Amino acid sequence: MKNLLNKKNLVSLVLLVIIFFVFDYLIKARILTPYYRTVLYWMGIYIILSLGLNIIIGITGQLSLGHAGFMSIGAYSAAVVLASNPTITGLFIGMGVGIVLTMIVSFIVAMPTLRLKGDYLAIATLGVGEIIRIVILNMTITNGASGISNIKMLMSWPLLFGFVVLTIFLTNNFKQSAIGRACIAIKEDEIAAEAMGINTTKYKVMAFMFGAVLASVAGSLFATTYYVVKPETFGVNTSINILIIVVFGGMGSLSGSIISTIFIGFVNMALQPYAEMRLISYALVLIIVMIFRPQGLMGAKEVALNVLPDFKSFFRKKEKSS
Amino acid sequence: MKKLISLLALTLLVLSGLTACTSTPKTIKIGLNLELTGEVSVYGVPEKKAAELAVAEINKAGGIDGKQVELVIYDNAYDTAKAVENSQKLIQEGVVAILGSATSAPTMAIGPVALESEVLTITPSGTNAKVTMNGDVVNPFVFRACFIDPFQGLVLANFASDNLSAKKAVVMGSNSSDYAKDLASIFTTQFTANGGEVLSDVFYYADSDTDFSAQLTSIAALGEFDVLFVADYAARAGLIINQARATAGLETVAIVGPDGFESPDLNDLAGGASNVNNVYFSTHFSTIVDNAKVTSFIAAYTASAGEAPSALSALAYDAMYMLFAAIDAAGTDPVKVRDAMKATTGFEGVTGTISFDALNNPVKSAIVVQLTNGEQTNAVIVNP
Amino acid sequence: MTQFIQQLINGLSIGSVYALIALGYTMVYGIIKLINFAHGDIFMFGAYVGMVAITTFKLNFFAALIVAMAVTALFGVIIERVAYKPLRKSSKTAALITAIGVSFLIQNGTQLIMGANIYAFPQIIANQYFDVYGVRINLLQLVIFFTSIILMFILQFIVKKTKLGRAMRSVAVDKDASVLMGVNVDNTITITFAIGSALAAAAGIMVGLYYIKIYPFMGFAPGLKAFVAAVFGGIGIIPGAMIGGFAIGLIETLVAGYGSTLYKDAVVYGILILILIVKPSGLLGKNVKEKV
Repeated sequence: MKNLLNKKNLVSLVLLVIIFFVFDYLIKARILTPYYRTVLYWMGIYIILSLGLNIIIGITGQLSLGHAGFMSIGAYSAAVVLASNPTITGLFIGMGVGIVLTMIVSFIVAMPTLRLKGDYLAIATLGVGEIIRIVILNMTITNGASGISNIKMLMSWPLLFGFVVLTIFLTNNFKQSAIGRACIAIKEDEIAAEAMGINTTKYKVMAFMFGAVLASVAGSLFATTYYVVKPETFGVNTSINILIIVVFGGMGSLSGSIISTIFIGFVNMALQPYAEMRLISYALVLIIVMIFRPQGLMGAKEVALNVLPDFKSFFRKKEKSS
Repeated sequence: MKKLISLLALTLLVLSGLTACTSTPKTIKIGLNLELTGEVSVYGVPEKKAAELAVAEINKAGGIDGKQVELVIYDNAYDTAKAVENSQKLIQEGVVAILGSATSAPTMAIGPVALESEVLTITPSGTNAKVTMNGDVVNPFVFRACFIDPFQGLVLANFASDNLSAKKAVVMGSNSSDYAKDLASIFTTQFTANGGEVLSDVFYYADSDTDFSAQLTSIAALGEFDVLFVADYAARAGLIINQARATAGLETVAIVGPDGFESPDLNDLAGGASNVNNVYFSTHFSTIVDNAKVTSFIAAYTASAGEAPSALSALAYDAMYMLFAAIDAAGTDPVKVRDAMKATTGFEGVTGTISFDALNNPVKSAIVVQLTNGEQTNAVIVNP
Repeated sequence: MTQFIQQLINGLSIGSVYALIALGYTMVYGIIKLINFAHGDIFMFGAYVGMVAITTFKLNFFAALIVAMAVTALFGVIIERVAYKPLRKSSKTAALITAIGVSFLIQNGTQLIMGANIYAFPQIIANQYFDVYGVRINLLQLVIFFTSIILMFILQFIVKKTKLGRAMRSVAVDKDASVLMGVNVDNTITITFAIGSALAAAAGIMVGLYYIKIYPFMGFAPGLKAFVAAVFGGIGIIPGAMIGGFAIGLIETLVAGYGSTLYKDAVVYGILILILIVKPSGLLGKNVKEKV
């Protein structure tokens, strides 16, 4: 543990504290109006979503199009619990319920579908996302098509900041852990990885479940930010939007996902009045990036993610004990 | 280090964005937060056109209190998150009140924002009963210009029993909206209470469906009945009319539906006007109701929008004029505007005479229209 | 019993549409192993072209059908040349992501140009029906059914008996070897896209005529179901796409007629996942893969 208190980690800790208090001040002083605050929340939630998807697509190389489905599980769990217990405790309980449900569902989904290769997997997960949506649409507890409204708004800067930092920390360590490296090996060459003695199915399932859980957490935060959840919010288009962010930032680059989310957040804000042009330009970006720079903005490189405290040992130990 | 720089850049960008939005107080700003793209833009777009017409008219007449009215228009694309962001942005830009959204779900997302920032929003056509509610109590900052679904369900059930002398009915509806579900259940309850019989459970389908032949075949197999109640919008109701008329046993049965039937495309979607016979629907506004106000609205709207007005444009037009009246009475303080709005009584609009009840719903009459060969041939006014 | 037969007929007519779309999926997949995610949107594009041909240019049904098929074939070729060809050497993931981008682009481009609202497809063939022993058959149902059967036989003939077909099959098996054997790989792939897109346009017009409603996002659900159909029958196999299309149509109709409409889509997607797990090569798939 003593290597945790090195100079690098201290610097990053100080940085985080400064960022936290700067934004905290901006919000408290109402310099950031409610609208900009909501944009900030959007960015935070989508950072969590894109990091989760990047674990699945970028690190492990498994194309999943069902991310919004897992997001909806978290969103609805939080919404249902918050209806009876509209406190921060309620939010955490709801989030916990969402995480457990997501782990169960993603495990059931992952076991068979991750045996499939590349594009089949994409379509299968797309189907799974649709099935989740249809089930939610027809359940009573989720209030069917009209969804749940009047959800208690509990989102705040400290809450968002906490979850975003935690996510960055967890995903960064996942990537650098033995599991992460196994996943990268699977992405590069599954057969070779298997030959090296990596249990490919196990690691693929782990990565998939980890990404799905992050989506679920982001979903819970989404529910408490936007007052209303309804099934359409979590359709294929949302999955594709997250995919666009990940592809644009660079598959495999966590910092790329973060930068790309922030960038797209600003673009969304600027192009607000031109909704159709916005969607068209995203589609074009997706195609052009794939043709001319398939590795995305950042490739698999990272920028300065090591400013975060590095708890590599945490995952390594776990790996040994398992 | 680069992360720090990028975050600082982010902060600067946000701050620079803030300075850009100071407003000139010379005009009165009204925000529109509507579905202008996406699947339900058919409802948002005519409302935008009607709002623009109303603003053009009032500005031509000298504005309100000598001030010109300016519209600030944002598209929420039927996305609840966008609807929240839009209303926050509108309020930040200093609007006096918001008109929106056309459908219920985004309006329910706007509601809490309106309440929090104390700027009223009025939905022209969000008929869900919960729209004006904040949990179990009324949300004082949400109003609507249309009647609500439960009322519509009652009107249609009574119309089927009394005017069509129906004894047996079958109910169909989309499972993808409260609209259809509420209407289906209220119609069923009231029709049964009137002594009628509803055969089988509600036949639910999904919004994305285009093939209803399987269900219609099952419905025809239930035996003879008098009324097929279709709780849905024209996009699917038209297809159902077409496919029902091609199903053995359903060629002539009366088809009754809610205000969602109203659309310029209904006849085309139903495979031609010749299929649209013995079809009835309730609405807020009918062009065949004789009224000077209605006639001049039809002329003005047709001239400015290039198409005939529908109930949606009429409701948005009325909502705008109610806002004008409230602003005229109270000035530009949003809270005073909301108080003036609440006090609206006997407002004469193109969709009838409007006063607000305790739950901010207008007390007004409904019209049930009959379609023969695709044309409105008969209109019955049903009072609350 | 009458009701059951009626439901079978309903199922076969929607199944024919899936089959027509599935043929395009299967051909493209067979030759370049790409799931053309945008295929459903090409189908939508075809329906719009057909509508414009009829309403704006006042063409009759057959002229409109041919124009729509030709324009859409060209459209498919452009997509292939611009978006997919540069990626032929890239990973499958990259190609699929591009296909998703193309799909998004077509949908939103159509929305920008034509508006988001629903159009009613002009009804140029009057719908008539015949009652046979209490079972009702629509003229349009017959048209759709026989069009898809005939097109399938033509395709099968092209692939099995013509020089072009041999080229397609050889490209499917081994691109490099085909080049050595004098096959123009690029042109063969382009022609495959053209044929697949033309079939999708035919399906688009059929759907327009029969179901009337057309809108920018109409391609998504039928496209996905057609893909399920292609996988069901064995992707890459032409009769498989046909059988898969009919099977999915029938399953969907029977679930809607006797179970709940609400879950019919979920059942179809469930079938997809089940097949992919149990027999990924599909109903007609063999160990030695037969392609295109």
